[in-house]
Amino acid sequence: MNDFLVVETLGEDALLLRFGDAIDAQINRRVHACAAALQCDRPDWLIDIVPAFATLALCIDLDAFADAREPLTEVRRWLQSRKLGTGADAVVASVRTHLIKVRYGGESGPDLEAVAAHAGLLPDAVIDRHCAAEYRVGMLGFAPGFPYLIGMDAGLAMPRHATPRTRVDAGSVGIAGAQTGIYPRSGPGGWQIIGRTDESLFDVSRECPALLEPGDSVRFINAAEADRSSP
Amino acid sequence: MSIAVLAPGLLSSLQDSGRQGWRHLGVGRSGALDPLSFSLANLLVGNPADTAAIEITMSGPRLRFVHSARISICGAQVDASLDGLSIPRWRRVDIPAGSELRIGACRVGVRAYLAVTGGFATKCVLGSMSTDLRAGFGGFDGRALQAGDELAIAGGFQPQCDQVVVDTRWIDPAPDLDFSAPAIIHVLPGADALAAPDALFADEWQVGNASNRQGLRLQGSLLRIADPRERISEPVMPGTLQLPADGQPILLLADAQTHGGYPRIAHAIRADWPRLAQLRPGDSLRFVRCDAGKAQRKLIEQRQRLARMAIAIAARP
Repeated sequence: MNDFLVVETLGEDALLLRFGDAIDAQINRRVHACAAALQCDRPDWLIDIVPAFATLALCIDLDAFADAREPLTEVRRWLQSRKLGTGADAVVASVRTHLIKVRYGGESGPDLEAVAAHAGLLPDAVIDRHCAAEYRVGMLGFAPGFPYLIGMDAGLAMPRHATPRTRVDAGSVGIAGAQTGIYPRSGPGGWQIIGRTDESLFDVSRECPALLEPGDSVRFINAAEADRSSP
Repeated sequence: MSIAVLAPGLLSSLQDSGRQGWRHLGVGRSGALDPLSFSLANLLVGNPADTAAIEITMSGPRLRFVHSARISICGAQVDASLDGLSIPRWRRVDIPAGSELRIGACRVGVRAYLAVTGGFATKCVLGSMSTDLRAGFGGFDGRALQAGDELAIAGGFQPQCDQVVVDTRWIDPAPDLDFSAPAIIHVLPGADALAAPDALFADEWQVGNASNRQGLRLQGSLLRIADPRERISEPVMPGTLQLPADGQPILLLADAQTHGGYPRIAHAIRADWPRLAQLRPGDSLRFVRCDAGKAQRKLIEQRQRLARMAIAIAARP
């Protein structure tokens, strides 16, 4: 039995598997379990497996189907013949965990005070709560290597800036609604910036250019505290 | 062997057939917006169809060829001259060492491709030589060309010529690219229905000024989505027609983001991408309904025409 609800077409050369229509950790876990199952036994014509919060796109190489009647019909048939995203797959899929050291507040996090005021908390409490949660990379999008992290303390949620900043530094850690994320590259951005990391989120010279991949687990560490406790 | 960029034009960048297989990391396709003109430009100079070429937007660059070279220009109707001598598009042209090529403004269409025998010697990044202009990698230093850039040419081929030699034979890109015909764009249905299902097809659409390699911003009658609830980000593809809350659709092109939160009301078929890529602000287009079978037939027919042209060009002495 397949775990996705429905298969939609996304143009001529992609299908979209739908698991739900909300940002939800459980739904997103099923998306990544299904992606991992497809990855294990991936046919040559499947040129990309693109996760989002509640959907998974399969990008197809049309040239591989030159003689077939209709590529997407063939792919649908192939999908039906498989068992994907079942509980067993979810267990098998291993999860990488990353620890990301963040300098919170000050120049690194110009919006920390505003987020604290919005949440009715002291800035230190915002930092503690942001570091306490375990996050999952729901998807990468917006820019190469930009992780949308699911699992933030609901008390820290805050809308993005009405007018985006013209420049947000690379490595900036931000909050937008119930999500938190990290800017891989300097550029304009509307998220509430609470801190910054020195980690390089995206580098095309690495074998895997993205530091964080869809489905990975992430924890933030308060750099100020880590430095204090180190010998 | 190299080309010196004397003036870059409005937006000139190295592009090939694009970057595939990295959308899961948020990396878009990039690549030539008009794949047909791009491929033909390469075939005319004896390159594999997907060799990196210079994509010119709106107004072209001024280039000095240090050595002799074999070139072709395909796509938008553009004035090109070599040391004052006008040279035509859709042909092979051999140019002597030291020539200065000026590519002027596009008069009809908006994107032209300059291919050089051997292609450009640039690093392959994530499987492609295309410039990802938004992310800043690939192509020449991850950016559009600038005055002072030196573009290295691969392969070392130098035709023997003391003056410009224009091939007497040309190719005709019609019907796949016909600037004299109205732009009729075939679309497959999207996941999100409009409140009035025929509204997309009733009137003409105008291409807005804010259009770029990410997408064509279309202007026309206001469209309303049947189910206006907020949506979360989902994968989108080049060709996807999105509908933001302002009711004016955006047709995503090669530089589109990998994910988007707007309703997806349709998808433009690939066979019509060459025509889409040549629409300039103020141009009009019409959408017509299509189905998967017809989309596939049109793409196969277009590829067959391209293959026949490739054979014909290769058979030339």
